[in-house]
Amino acid sequence: MTELRILRRKNAEDKPYWQSFSYTTDDPNAAVSTALTELNARTDLRDMGGEKAEPIQWECSCLQKKCGACAMVINGRPRLACDSKLAELGEKVTIEPLRKFPVVADLMVDRKAMFDTLQRLKVWAEEGVTISEGSQDDAFEAAGCLQCGCCLEVCPNFYVGGKFAGMAGGLPLARLIAQLDDSSKKEVLKAYRKGVYAGCGKSLACRDICPAGLDIESLMVNSNRAAAWKTLLKFRK
Amino acid sequence: MEKINIIGAGLAGLSAAVTLAKGGRHCRLISLQPSERAQSVLAEGGINAALDVMGEGDKPEYHFEDTMRGGVYLADEEAVRRLTAGAPDTVRWLAELGVPFNMKEGRLIQRNFGGQKKKRTAYAKSSTGKMIMSALIDEARKYEVRGLIERFAHHSFLGCDIAEGVCRGAVVCDRYTGEQTAFAGRVIMCCGGLAGLFPRMTTGTTQNSGYAAARLFEQGVRFGNLEMLQYHPTTIGIPDKRCLVTEAARGEGGRLYIERGGEKWYFMEEKYPELKNLMPRDVVAREMYMVRRQEDCGGTVYLDMTGLSNEVWEKRLPDLRAEIRHYLAIDPADEPVPVKEGIHYFMGGIYTDVFHRTNIEGLYAAGECTCQYHGANRLGGNSMLGAVFGGKTAAEDILETTEREGEISLKEKLTENEPAEAVKVKLGEILYSGLGIVRSEKGLKEALDRLDTLEREAGVFPRTRLGRAMLESALARKESRGAHYREDFPEKDEALCKPTMAVCQNGSISVSIGETQL
Repeated sequence: MTELRILRRKNAEDKPYWQSFSYTTDDPNAAVSTALTELNARTDLRDMGGEKAEPIQWECSCLQKKCGACAMVINGRPRLACDSKLAELGEKVTIEPLRKFPVVADLMVDRKAMFDTLQRLKVWAEEGVTISEGSQDDAFEAAGCLQCGCCLEVCPNFYVGGKFAGMAGGLPLARLIAQLDDSSKKEVLKAYRKGVYAGCGKSLACRDICPAGLDIESLMVNSNRAAAWKTLLKFRK
Repeated sequence: MEKINIIGAGLAGLSAAVTLAKGGRHCRLISLQPSERAQSVLAEGGINAALDVMGEGDKPEYHFEDTMRGGVYLADEEAVRRLTAGAPDTVRWLAELGVPFNMKEGRLIQRNFGGQKKKRTAYAKSSTGKMIMSALIDEARKYEVRGLIERFAHHSFLGCDIAEGVCRGAVVCDRYTGEQTAFAGRVIMCCGGLAGLFPRMTTGTTQNSGYAAARLFEQGVRFGNLEMLQYHPTTIGIPDKRCLVTEAARGEGGRLYIERGGEKWYFMEEKYPELKNLMPRDVVAREMYMVRRQEDCGGTVYLDMTGLSNEVWEKRLPDLRAEIRHYLAIDPADEPVPVKEGIHYFMGGIYTDVFHRTNIEGLYAAGECTCQYHGANRLGGNSMLGAVFGGKTAAEDILETTEREGEISLKEKLTENEPAEAVKVKLGEILYSGLGIVRSEKGLKEALDRLDTLEREAGVFPRTRLGRAMLESALARKESRGAHYREDFPEKDEALCKPTMAVCQNGSISVSIGETQL
């Protein structure tokens, strides 16, 4: 049996409180998402004290670690619920919402700030790009970002409302840096320098936490090289 | 100023939004969650277009023929002609947006996919859907900042405002605040397939609940070919769902076998010497189902990828290898993978004309929620094409018309008329029992009887109505065609080479074959 200790609140104004539920399974692959789905399917959901409980609010979609919807803090670490096998988490599992975004209810947070940042940084190709074999691997890796927000949760430099975008902003920019030719990436490099390069303390906590396992360090090195090289050139002029 | 309401922000929705915005028109992009969570990100193997880059003399005409033959001639011929003719430009456009398609010696390359005689599937390793989505999301953002696309990324669809056969807008609900709003303007439904009618039994997403389609059915929107469900031959069971093993695994050389008399029997290669393991999905899935039931065979079909080269694993399928290792603790390069058929795609859906107009004026539909491109069986690589091309086509039709004036207001609060989770699961089991790979009148009538009981006990809901229409459609098609195999009518009947049409009026469902007038 697993005890799921969940930090709950009805809405943003409500005071948070802990509520525990018991869940039993013999499936070695069952994940936190499996347990949350099963708990919410119970017609009479009760906590471990026997008290009647409301369904647990959380977001999910693909349930196979490809969409980033179910990011939450599990045993103190941000991760995807569908990628968190219960068998590896111990008998008591604590589950909290991501802490850097406003809570909507229970485990559901509003990650709008992350998408607003991408708008602010103008993450798009104004005139399209020319794909090439040379840029393919970097572009593929960078475009794999789930926009789940786990990297922002562990980043010592990121906070909502700050100038630093974190790698959730850095990776989509890295795709464009890899693919745009030199004459058309001035704006993108500027956005990267100001929004990512300038604020990153290089703790690389993002690299270790990324649920998609993206090679953030290598993408960052390549993007930094492109952005810093441009800066150097500017000073020499 | 009219704002077009796009319901769903996956491939079809994004394609429609970007096309409208490029044409200078305003739209609202309304979805339950942001685009990154859409089912489109799960698409793996690739997207078809006769680019003729592999030196095989490919032409859109051949793509058309393969698509029609693969769908056993049930697809809308004119629509497929437009789709296949427009495919090369569609893929070139995606490349310009930066989709990192696999290339060799400076040129985009294509791979083999089921039911096609040419290498026609452009791909980005085995995460093509995610790569196309990332590029389209960035492109849409450009127009979001310019105010042409307005995002409503946590909103559910409660229904269309339809009066006297005209759709005047859509009613949506903010999931975060519970606030409901009626948005005036024409509507493009890009709400995905009907995976939500089969909870935990498909390769789809939970976000794709099926409610939007069910609600439209209840509102009188016509649906076609609802009996046509695609069982993908190679899926694996994971705790919350079925997980797809891309057809690209067989396109790159993977082989299906079953144990027979202590030996590996590569049954597809023996039975279909031309296309072998790459027969259309309906054929492969049915063969797997049949051989598993043979007395002299073992109960499990395996996908043998042990013969694939290191280059394939490193350059073309690295993500598939990682996924199988993660979920099954098997390295597919060393060990065959046990696979089973799983519900993957819905060829049936909202019936539209070639411009993606439904029977309700002002209401369009595109993507998996529609039915015109794939007939009785969809070819791998045609779904993303249908979604991107379909969304674009619907938007282009709107661009050719003048803006519509008119306001609407929320007359009364609507509720999402859904049953308890346990009832949804029960409905899924009932539908699955009737709509398996092999069907019969007896099985379908039993399923309908069980549905009667469920509705008596739990009530009638939009999803039970749409489920009933699926069973009735399967009952009405007294032949075997593509994914619809009736053991009591095992042959094809050319007189029935027409779509089934289902419509719900005042709660009463009628199903017919061949009445294709909108």
